Amino acid sequence: MAARKLNLKQKYGHFTRGLDWEPSYQSKDDIFPFAKYEGIKVHDWDAWEDPFKLTMDAYWKFQAEKERKLYAVIDSMAQNNGQLGITDARYLNAVKLFIQGVTPLEYQAHRHFAHLARHLPGAGLRVAAQMQSIDELRHCQTQIHTISHYNKFFDGIHDFTHMHDRLWYLSVPKSFFDDATTAGPFEFLTAISFAFEYVLTNLLFVPFMSGAAYNGDMATVTFGFSAQSDESRHMTLGLEAVRFLLEQDEANVPIVQGWIDKWFWRGYRLLTLVAMMMDYMLPKKVMSWAEAWETYYEQAGGALFADLARYGIREPKYADVAKAEKGHITHQAWTIFYNYTHAAAVHTWDVDDQHLAWLREKYPETFAQYYEQRYLNWRDQANQGKRFYNNGLPQLCQVCQVPMAFTEVDDPTTISFRVSEFGGDKYHTCSDGCKDIFDHEPEKYSQAWLPVHQIFQGNCGGATVPEVLDWYHINQGADNMDYAGSPEEAQWEKWMEGRRPAAPMAAAAE
Amino acid sequence: MTQPVSITLQNSQDGFAIAEAIMADNPGAERRSMPAMTKIDRPGRLEIKAASVSERLGRDWDPQEIHLSVISLSGSVDEDDDYFAVYWR
Amino acid sequence: MPTASLNPGYSGPVRDRVENFGGAQLVYVHWEGHNNFCSAITLPLPPETPFGALTAEILPSLYSVDPDWAEVDLSTARWMLDGEDWQPEAAKGIGEQGVGHKSLIRFWTQPSGRA
Repeated sequence: MAARKLNLKQKYGHFTRGLDWEPSYQSKDDIFPFAKYEGIKVHDWDAWEDPFKLTMDAYWKFQAEKERKLYAVIDSMAQNNGQLGITDARYLNAVKLFIQGVTPLEYQAHRHFAHLARHLPGAGLRVAAQMQSIDELRHCQTQIHTISHYNKFFDGIHDFTHMHDRLWYLSVPKSFFDDATTAGPFEFLTAISFAFEYVLTNLLFVPFMSGAAYNGDMATVTFGFSAQSDESRHMTLGLEAVRFLLEQDEANVPIVQGWIDKWFWRGYRLLTLVAMMMDYMLPKKVMSWAEAWETYYEQAGGALFADLARYGIREPKYADVAKAEKGHITHQAWTIFYNYTHAAAVHTWDVDDQHLAWLREKYPETFAQYYEQRYLNWRDQANQGKRFYNNGLPQLCQVCQVPMAFTEVDDPTTISFRVSEFGGDKYHTCSDGCKDIFDHEPEKYSQAWLPVHQIFQGNCGGATVPEVLDWYHINQGADNMDYAGSPEEAQWEKWMEGRRPAAPMAAAAE
Repeated sequence: MTQPVSITLQNSQDGFAIAEAIMADNPGAERRSMPAMTKIDRPGRLEIKAASVSERLGRDWDPQEIHLSVISLSGSVDEDDDYFAVYWR
Repeated sequence: MPTASLNPGYSGPVRDRVENFGGAQLVYVHWEGHNNFCSAITLPLPPETPFGALTAEILPSLYSVDPDWAEVDLSTARWMLDGEDWQPEAAKGIGEQGVGHKSLIRFWTQPSGRA
C-alpha cells in the first residue's frame, strides 16, 4: 500500500507549529519583552493562519531561481552596454533617487524583520518575518548590483549609503524608517507591512518600475519584477497581520486605527519624492501622479477599507487632504529640488515646452494657474546665465522632514504652517497630519536629527556650502547642479552623437 | 456588492499560461495588458487550478511556482496542493 | 489616538536646544506670495541682531535674485511673528522684540503677480 502523503497545509503545519513549544522555566513575558507594551492584546497565537504555506526548502528553491534569472539579465545588460538604451540621461536621476533613498530602506527592513523574527510570540509570524528579512536583504543586494552598472558611467551613485545618512532630502526616507524601527513590533507591522507594503506599495512600484520600462531601463524592470514577487508575500503578511490583531481583541481596534492614520500620512509624505520623480524625471511618462493616486489609492483603497469596515476600521485620517493635494505636490517638490540642486546628488533642469504641455494637460486645474509661470521665469533667468539657486536653507517639517513647501488645501498660494510647543521649545510641521503625529509622541519627534539644523550647529563639515557638500561626499560640479552643462550631459551627447549616421541617407544613396 | 480581487502576473511564458488558465476557469474575470505585465480582476474570488496551468504548459505545474510569476495581488490568499486562490472574506 | 507606544518615563536628547547654536537662535523667514522660494528659509541669528540688519542686508541677500524684489519697499511691508501681527522697529534687536528660538517671521510686500 502506498505511503500516505501529507498535503501542503499539513506539511506546513508540521514544519512551523510542531517545532514550537511552551516554555516551562522562563516566563513568556521575559522571553518576548516587546509583546505587550504597545497595549495590543493577543489571546490566541494559534489562531494565526499563515497565508502562504511556504516552507524553507520551497523558499530557497524559488528564491534561487529568481536570483539566477535576475543576474543573467544584469550580466547581459553590462555586456551589451544597456545604459545606451535609456531614453535620455535625465532618466538616471530617478535611479539615483532610488539608490540613495530606497535601497538603504531595504537594508533597514532586513534588520528589523530579523528582530521581529525573534520577538514576535507567534511561530507562524516569526517564520514569515524571517523570510521577509532575507527577502529584504536580497532586494538591497540586487538593487546595488543592478545599479552598480550605472555607477560606471553616471554621477551621484558612488556613495549612496554615506549620503543616505546625511543629505537633507534623504533624511525624509531615513527618518521614516527610523521612526518605524524604533516603534514596537505591532506598530512596525502596521506601518511597514500594512500601510507601506500593502496600502501604498503600488505608488512606489509603478512609478519606478514602469518608469524604468518606459525609459529603456530593462535592468531595473527585471529587478522590479524579481522583488515584486516577494512583495506579494509581504503585502499579504501585512493585510493578514492587521486582520489578526483586529480579530483578537476589540481593544486593539483604536490602537491599530491610530497607527493606520499615522503611517498612511507618513508614507504619503515620503511618496512626495516619488511623485516628483514620476511627473518630472521620466523623459517618457507613465502616468501623472494624480492619475496614479486615483488608480492605486482612491480606487484600490476603497475595496480594502470596505473590507476592513467590519472591524470598525475607517479610511485613514487626512486621506481627503492627500486627494485634494494631488494636483499640487509634485510641482511643489520639483520647486524644492530646483531651488536646492546645488546641494543635492541629483540634477534638475528647466522644463521644456513639450513637458509644459503634458503638465498642463494632466493638471488642468492647477498647473497653468499656479506653477507654469514660475518655470517660464526660471527658464528665462537660466537663458540669461543666471540660473536660480536658493541662497538660504529651507525650513524642514519636524516629522516628515520634507522642506515645508506644501500649501493650505483651500489656498494653494499660502504655505501650510503648523506649530507645537513642547518642553519650552517650538516645533514646526507642514500639515495637520504631521502635527498630529508630533503631538501624540513629542518625546520621540523632538529628538529628530534635522539636516538644516545640524548644519547650523556646525556638525556637517563647516559653515559654507562647499564644506557641507564635501562632508556629504558630493562630487561638486558632477553630482550636483543643473543637468545642463553637467559632465553627464556632455557624455550622453557624445554617445548619442556616436550613434547618429555619419552622413544623411539621401547623400549616401546618390 | 463584492469587492474585486486581483492578481498581476509577469508576461513570461509561465505567467502567460497562468493568465490563460485563470481566464478559462473564472467566469467574469477581466484581463488588462500593461507593459511587461497582465492584471486580472474578478469580484470576490479568483482561483488558479494547477491542472489547468499544467495542461497549458505541457508539464506538471506546482501552485507554489506562482512565486516566480506574480507581481502583485489584492485580497487574502488560500493555497493547497492543487490550487492557489485570492479572495475577500 | 488613545495610546502612545512609549515606555512610561521615556525621554531622549532634544537635538535643537538653543544652547547648541553658539549664541544664535534659529529664525524662519518667508516672503509671502513668492513660493518660487520653495519654503520658509532657516536662519541662525543672534537675538541682538537689529531688525534693520534683516531688512537692509539679510533679506535682500536671500530674495533680491527675484526680479520682483526690485520694487519691494520693506518699510511698507506687513509682518507677522509667530502667528501674530508685528510692527518691528529697525533699531531694536529682534530678541527684545519677541523673536525667540525657532520663531517664524512672515512678511507681505506689494502684490506683483503670482510666483
